[in-house]
Amino acid sequence: MIWQLDLAILTLVVIAAIGAITIKDLLGAAILFGSYSFMMCLLWSIMGAVDVAFTEASVGAGVSTVFFVAAVFRTSRRTKD
Amino acid sequence: MSDLVSTIIANYNYWIYITLMMIGLYAMIAKNNLVKKIVGMNIFQTAIILFYVSIGAKRGATIPILEHAHNGHGHGAASHMVHAVDYINPLPHVLMLTAIVVAVATLGVALALAIRVYNRYNTLEEDEILAQIREK
Repeated sequence: MIWQLDLAILTLVVIAAIGAITIKDLLGAAILFGSYSFMMCLLWSIMGAVDVAFTEASVGAGVSTVFFVAAVFRTSRRTKD
Repeated sequence: MSDLVSTIIANYNYWIYITLMMIGLYAMIAKNNLVKKIVGMNIFQTAIILFYVSIGAKRGATIPILEHAHNGHGHGAASHMVHAVDYINPLPHVLMLTAIVVAVATLGVALALAIRVYNRYNTLEEDEILAQIREK
């Protein structure tokens, strides 16, 4: 485990999380959440949890983002906060 | 005092996990949009999974796959000692694998409920939904 890489990716993860809940567009929130999940998967492969990492890459980042985009297209993109 | 500060700095990752957890909790409580609340719930879940996986991680260890398990010398498994120190503890990984699958199932149900709410009230904002319920 390389702690410099760990700290850098943790900072990016926090930025992506804050961006995902503050952006004023639900499709943008879905895409930022997908990037958050991919960086989380990178973090887990740094920690040596390769099985968790590829499950997160396929299920967390792939299927979750598809679900979010499908839900946003069935409802509306607008949000007030 | 200085060893307290050095303990805090040495466990920097736990502080960042708690920050992530609080971001998710804030989004679930304070955000007005239903999809934003669901994003917050997912951030909270991933922060907890991250915390558990980091408990199993250790320095100077490799991924939990046995080296030389099949070296073609027949039943020579007893000749290779397996040192548990050299491998990352895989028990939290297996537990959290289940948690990821549960998280995506929860997300599917939550988004389906949000779509039903939108079809009925024609909005995703919580205050507008509550106002429409009060009017009836």
